[in-house]
Amino acid sequence: MTKLGAGVPDSIQGSVVRRGDLVFRRLAKGAGLAVLVVLAAIAGFLVWRSVPGLRANTANFLTSTAWFPDQSPSRFGIAAIAFGTVVTAALALLIAVPIGFGVALFIAFYAPPKLATALGFIVDLLAAVPSIIFGLWGLQVLMPHLGGLQRWLNDHLGFIPIFHNSLGIYTKSLFVAAVVLGVMVLPTVSAISREIFLKVPHSNVEAALALGATRWETMRMAVLPFSRPGMISAAMLGLGRALGETIAVALILSALNVVNWHVTEPGGNTFAANIALGWNEAGPIGLSALIASGLVLFVLTLVVNVVARSIIWRRAEFHEGL
Amino acid sequence: MIGTRSVRTVALAVSSIALLSACGSNNNSATPSTSASVNCATGTLKASGSTAQKNAMGDWINSYQGSCSGATIDYSATGSAAGITDFTNNQTSFAGSDSALKAAQLPAANARCAAGSAIDIPMVAGAIAVTYNLPGVTTLVLDPATTAKIFANQITKWNDPAIAALNPSATLPAASIAQYHRSDGSGTTDNFSKWLAAAAPMAWTFGTGKVWTAPGGQGAKGSDGVASAVSSTPNSIGYMELSFAKNANLTVAQIDNGGGAVTLTTDSAGKSLSAATVTGTGNDLSLKFDYATKAAGVYPIVLVTYEITCEKGLPADQLALLKSFLTYTSSAAAQAGLSGKGYIPLPADLLTKVQASVAALS
Repeated sequence: MTKLGAGVPDSIQGSVVRRGDLVFRRLAKGAGLAVLVVLAAIAGFLVWRSVPGLRANTANFLTSTAWFPDQSPSRFGIAAIAFGTVVTAALALLIAVPIGFGVALFIAFYAPPKLATALGFIVDLLAAVPSIIFGLWGLQVLMPHLGGLQRWLNDHLGFIPIFHNSLGIYTKSLFVAAVVLGVMVLPTVSAISREIFLKVPHSNVEAALALGATRWETMRMAVLPFSRPGMISAAMLGLGRALGETIAVALILSALNVVNWHVTEPGGNTFAANIALGWNEAGPIGLSALIASGLVLFVLTLVVNVVARSIIWRRAEFHEGL
Repeated sequence: MIGTRSVRTVALAVSSIALLSACGSNNNSATPSTSASVNCATGTLKASGSTAQKNAMGDWINSYQGSCSGATIDYSATGSAAGITDFTNNQTSFAGSDSALKAAQLPAANARCAAGSAIDIPMVAGAIAVTYNLPGVTTLVLDPATTAKIFANQITKWNDPAIAALNPSATLPAASIAQYHRSDGSGTTDNFSKWLAAAAPMAWTFGTGKVWTAPGGQGAKGSDGVASAVSSTPNSIGYMELSFAKNANLTVAQIDNGGGAVTLTTDSAGKSLSAATVTGTGNDLSLKFDYATKAAGVYPIVLVTYEITCEKGLPADQLALLKSFLTYTSSAAAQAGLSGKGYIPLPADLLTKVQASVAALS
């Protein structure tokens, strides 16, 4: 890494500081710091407001599945909602990531230019659809139609515990929520990975083709290794959206605070949905409890992003070393 | 915070305009009889709270503002708890609430009313319907214990002997019961679980509260969510306020509390309201229902929502408009106008007490 301006003689670089430079540098610095201040303010608010609830809690905040903060004695824990959040987000990524990368590869390398432009536009449009629309569509249209698929999963793959359904009811399940989340995350994943694929140097692709590589071999040798950090960050941004998605999940999920591995059975709740559903009628301790759960979600998304960043950095170094 | 609030208020104003235009024809017929009796005041009044009151308030505010130019009343349906918080923080003149002020909330609410104390005035009453979707079954009778077991997932088939015994003439399918409850916190759940706990203490062991406490079943967001789930799912059952059952054309079960099967009507639910005991003192009219009543012809699952305000101590400009508006809403004509909307008008004996409480606001 060479610093910008390192080769410029001192006499030109540092002696005269123009006012425009100074103002611009301060503005940029201020903008950078403002982000940190906002982040710290949010963290401070969450910690401050969650203390009364955590003090009043008589259950274990991390392992309890109950959510009755306004009863006396107050008892609540995040085990069930953390489980639901992680499972729906993970399933959503399982659905969205392969399809999203496929869409992006098709747009970047396979589709004729006109179709690629149109498809890219449509994918961006899908990303702009408000989540309440996804929620209503999921509830009214997708949920009835997913019943058959879930029944099939139970009938034929029921020996795998997560697909087993002993209730015979296939609505309002984590699975339905995950499919809707997957559709919501798809445009994020494919839009970002498309941009990444388009940044692959043409010379690399052409060199691979010139060596006699097939399309697939070109992808594997020239495109994917170059794009890997970008693809990971696309998936992680998708994960961030899936973890925090609120209203679509609140409409669909049954909001039962249980840890249930059978993802096609109704039940399960997520952090964001629990907050949205409980906020209006929560008492003082209830509000504080919801904020405490928000703090956990905040930390969870921070951790996900830090992990993603560290993967990208490591891969980037690895890549540069090649 | 202020920004959000004003946006919310604008949204409410827009939605109430939409409501006005949507049911304009209904209102016009009711307005002439009530407009004569309104003793108008001017100014702006802010209120927030219970979503159960939303439609009643929307109608009343439309009629009131129609007769009284110069009066602006905003009611944001933010939920009861948020409404009480707004009122306590001096942001509104009254709060709509599904339940009377609790002991823990009283000190803060009284502190807000500098010169007096906060009181609960019952204003909008309703009934909770147990609705079902069973093709071919037009009449279904349920008693508290059976209902409790259905909602606690102990009775899971429609042809269970307990249901069959109550409905000897009905052809009940062997299908699983799809049970729907509210996934969000609500006063409807609170009152429904209070009825189960009072009338079927042996079967209902999950306590009461605004949050659904029993295991199993499926949750749906809002009464409209439960209504649409029940109407789209065969062999399902759910509870909701009567207006939502009517709007979705759902079949309502008859309730046999021990004195024979009772159909949910304005009259049978009104009897339950008349039988309520006032537990508040002075002008505070907190009510307690006898959910376990065995009297014949009384529909037991009712709820009442209150307006919470200061008995004394509101600023003079707010007081005049508040008193005028609540006098209108507690008039017999305004109450009678509610029955078409799925609410239950307050019975005459209770209404007299409410009117006295409103008249005493100073």
